[in-house]
Amino acid sequence: MEQPLILSMENISKEYFGNRVLNQVSLQVRPGEIHALMGENGAGKSTLMNILFGMPVIHSTGGFDGTIKIAGEEVKISNPNEAMHLGIGMVHQEFMLIPDFTVTENIKVGRETGQPTLLSESLGKSLEIMDWESMSADARRALDLIGMNIDDYARIAGMPIGYKQFVEIAREIDKKGIRLLVFDEPTAVLTESEAANLLDIMRRIANRGIAIIFITHRLDEVMQVSDQVTILRDGELVAIKEIKDTSVVEIAELMIGRKVDKLVDQCEDTRTLSDDAIALELKDYEVDMPGEAVRGIDIKIREGEIIGFGGLAGQGKIGIGNGIMGLYESRGEVKVFGQTLDLEKLGEALRHDIAFVSEDRRGAGLLLGESIERNVIFSALQIHNRFTSRIGFIRVLNRSESKAHTQEMIELLDIRCTGSQQKTGSLSGGNQQKVCLARALTMNPRILIVAEPTRGIDIGAKKLVLEHLLRLNREQNITIVIISSELVELRSLCDRIAIITEGKINTILKPDDSDADFGLAMSGLKKEMVTK
Amino acid sequence: MKNNGWVKKFRSFVFENKVMLLFVVLTTASIIISGLPLTVIAGSVFERFGRNGFLVLALLVPVLAGLGLNFGLVIGAMAGQIGLFFAILAGINGIPGMLVSTLIATPLAMLFGWMVGRLFNRMKGAEMIAGLILGFFADGFYQLFFLFVLGGVIPITHEGLMLPGGIGVKNMIDLKGYRMPLNDGSGGETVKGFIEGAFDKLPIGDLITAITIAVIVYLLVRGVMVMMKKSTFGLRDLALGIAAAVSFSLLQIPAIKQLLKINNLNFLTTLTIVLIVIAVWQMARLVYAFILHKREGTEKTDVEAKSPSDVLSQSPDQKFLQKSDSRRSLLILLLCAVIYGLTYIPPIRTIMRFIRIPVFTYMLIAGVCYFTRWLLRTRIGQNMRTVGHSQVIANASGINVDRTRVIAMMISTVLACWGQLIFLQSLGTVATYTQHVQVAQFSIAALLVGGATVQKATTKNAIIGIFLFHSLFVVAPEAGKQLFNDSQIGEHFRVFISYGVIALALAMHAWKAKIKPNLGISAVTGKNDKDNSKIAESS
Repeated sequence: MEQPLILSMENISKEYFGNRVLNQVSLQVRPGEIHALMGENGAGKSTLMNILFGMPVIHSTGGFDGTIKIAGEEVKISNPNEAMHLGIGMVHQEFMLIPDFTVTENIKVGRETGQPTLLSESLGKSLEIMDWESMSADARRALDLIGMNIDDYARIAGMPIGYKQFVEIAREIDKKGIRLLVFDEPTAVLTESEAANLLDIMRRIANRGIAIIFITHRLDEVMQVSDQVTILRDGELVAIKEIKDTSVVEIAELMIGRKVDKLVDQCEDTRTLSDDAIALELKDYEVDMPGEAVRGIDIKIREGEIIGFGGLAGQGKIGIGNGIMGLYESRGEVKVFGQTLDLEKLGEALRHDIAFVSEDRRGAGLLLGESIERNVIFSALQIHNRFTSRIGFIRVLNRSESKAHTQEMIELLDIRCTGSQQKTGSLSGGNQQKVCLARALTMNPRILIVAEPTRGIDIGAKKLVLEHLLRLNREQNITIVIISSELVELRSLCDRIAIITEGKINTILKPDDSDADFGLAMSGLKKEMVTK
Repeated sequence: MKNNGWVKKFRSFVFENKVMLLFVVLTTASIIISGLPLTVIAGSVFERFGRNGFLVLALLVPVLAGLGLNFGLVIGAMAGQIGLFFAILAGINGIPGMLVSTLIATPLAMLFGWMVGRLFNRMKGAEMIAGLILGFFADGFYQLFFLFVLGGVIPITHEGLMLPGGIGVKNMIDLKGYRMPLNDGSGGETVKGFIEGAFDKLPIGDLITAITIAVIVYLLVRGVMVMMKKSTFGLRDLALGIAAAVSFSLLQIPAIKQLLKINNLNFLTTLTIVLIVIAVWQMARLVYAFILHKREGTEKTDVEAKSPSDVLSQSPDQKFLQKSDSRRSLLILLLCAVIYGLTYIPPIRTIMRFIRIPVFTYMLIAGVCYFTRWLLRTRIGQNMRTVGHSQVIANASGINVDRTRVIAMMISTVLACWGQLIFLQSLGTVATYTQHVQVAQFSIAALLVGGATVQKATTKNAIIGIFLFHSLFVVAPEAGKQLFNDSQIGEHFRVFISYGVIALALAMHAWKAKIKPNLGISAVTGKNDKDNSKIAESS
């Protein structure tokens, strides 16, 4: 006889403004099992969990289709509180702890036990006096359960990250009737020994009959602790496998899966790449970008090459471009055509003919309240004093020149707009991206760094932008660095693809290497380690 | 090593308390320059403490709930003045006058507090600037009400209060009351609306009677509860009962009755009484701990038999706690003795004799202090702390963030309203159109001088702050006169100081917040959420 499922999400579909992010996805979890949920960024894991917790994001964007059953009963979860009452808890990746509170206070937050008093009898529960003694006893019990040896009256501030994670877990376990715990990338922030410890604890919790959904990118951990794995890709359910019947390589393959063969039609390649002509060289390069730290990269990029930096969010690929442009503090050596960049100086990269298209289009990329024209000429105006004419000793904007140039760019890149004076804020995502590109090109760069060139734009525009990048490379011999979370994109364009994990280059792959190689590299495993 | 540690500690102490230390220096210097006798300064500082204490303490709850410094205090003060106006209009004297004012003003303050709270919920993160501007905005309505609605819409005939035309209120209301003809046809006159000093000059005997009655009522309620089997009588009830009976019977003795007709004590007497009470209390604790310790000694063998691990994990802690508790009691006793000894030093003794303490007002201030601490121990207080630290976490833990914030604002506004009433009865006159204007600014400055920040404020900060800030206030004009031969400069100086302190504290807060990154604001799944929302937003 099969045990009844603790959680069964059936045929879940979800659209964000016509953009389908989940399509007929199912997830089935048995009591007391550790169920891994895997997939690349944007595969739909977070959306699925947001649906499970009834997050406001879901309901404010039109709800979802499909049914959720908890222990065989169909339920409607319309806010996180209801999820809590159904016995579903979450261990967050970014800790939901208050540093100034003690361990007990954090474990009991929002669920404090009170002692009735004269006033609370007549005026309601909120005037009950808090019973800290019984609460710290509860906290102690939860901490003991996961084998944690910290004082329940210690403050959270200053604790090592591993401890904070355990406090989070203790808080979830302390909740009454907890049946299902979601661990969202719990090991991402932990050291190796802490992570090993955490996996032990997860096993221990599962053995007490509490089911665990384990979201992670680390394949080795999945193989170590999970019973079953569900793999998503692009909002579709790819496979549900018993761990004992599968292998690391198979999971990696399933996660990546080649979707479209090439996004871009090939054009004639007349380039000659040579190891003697190096456009950009990074040595021991580190960037302090919060959430995307780069921790020591060595690479030589040849003139005329298209190189891709791939990898999962948070691993550091985004940091590379931002660091070179001087947007975040960086260390190490950066050589552009043999000349060393002064990393302390802002704008140094621009002066060395490097142009950058930021991944944060709305934040760092565009002046949304300004016209297309202003956006296109802005950098060149600032750095090279272009589009200006002199009147005496004052430089003024040369309107006719800038207008002509913008018009040219609009035609070249096929920016759909009402004219060069339209505000960029009112353009669609794809056209905004083209304006960013136009500005970068106005700099007449020899090296172009493009971060997430197709994020948030539709498939047609995607193709246009990518094709244009390819043309720039082939016709004008611009060296291009593409930083992207979309492997397909990188594999369609690049000569080489460097996969970044934990701030370092894991492997440099060729576009036609196998899916499994890419999958393994992205999960932070080296090929040698698996075959061993 | 050890030495190094001390230096470090000293440095961090100076850094943490820089605003306060700056003020200690400034105040001391001004006192010396002004050349005023300490008796005079101390006297007026203690008087000002009684006036302003309540208002400053009204600021604490919103800080606790993360709403920052409540510039909306002004609105509570307006409610208080409206209540007072109607009580005087009705011609009620003394304590009943204050009670009627409170009865009229409190619901108004609650309503205003609710509205302010609702507004603040709509502009989270900008509460302080909103409160400041709201104060100016509300002033417009206040003026409309007092200049036009009173007399213009609501017909009022009162020569003393109203402007000659009968529409609008005079810009000075006298709390010494107004002469009114008697209604019995004898042609005599009586004073109505005499509220000045209603609290400050309440005879101590009346006060004790009132407290005794309150205790008896409390015990009766407890009795009802015991009968309903919701509670049982404890040692505390017994002690309260005995105290009530003793004080009640003592009050029947004519000599004591006569003695207690006075309405204020000098500081020396007050301090002596307080020291005696503390000493008795600590001794009782010591005795209690001693008895408990003995009893536990006999029980110990049982516990050990039960489970050795339990004893290991808990017993040392408990023992340690008790030991440190007893040690603390002893220390406090010693401190009491030292302080009492100090009062025999002649100059201190003279100064202390000059200071008059209005007993009831000071008791009310102590009451708010107690209330704030009590609130911290309740569920709503804990919720406020959580909301104050992180609204995201509070929300995720099922706490109704908006409601908690509104309650905090209501409490603060009501306390501000009562505080303004206490302030006015002590002052004796009301400048109808300007009295409330600087209430928030001066209270906030005082609190900040005491070492509070936008995120953290305690009763200790409030008390220290009031003493420091008002010492400077008292001596600044005289110091200005001595230095520049112009007391006007001292006046300007103190206004400058109050704004300066607020600006300094806010700047330092912003600076500190920049160093310390905030807690993550992401919803359930952190980083990946951002990607999703971006997709959602751009397509």
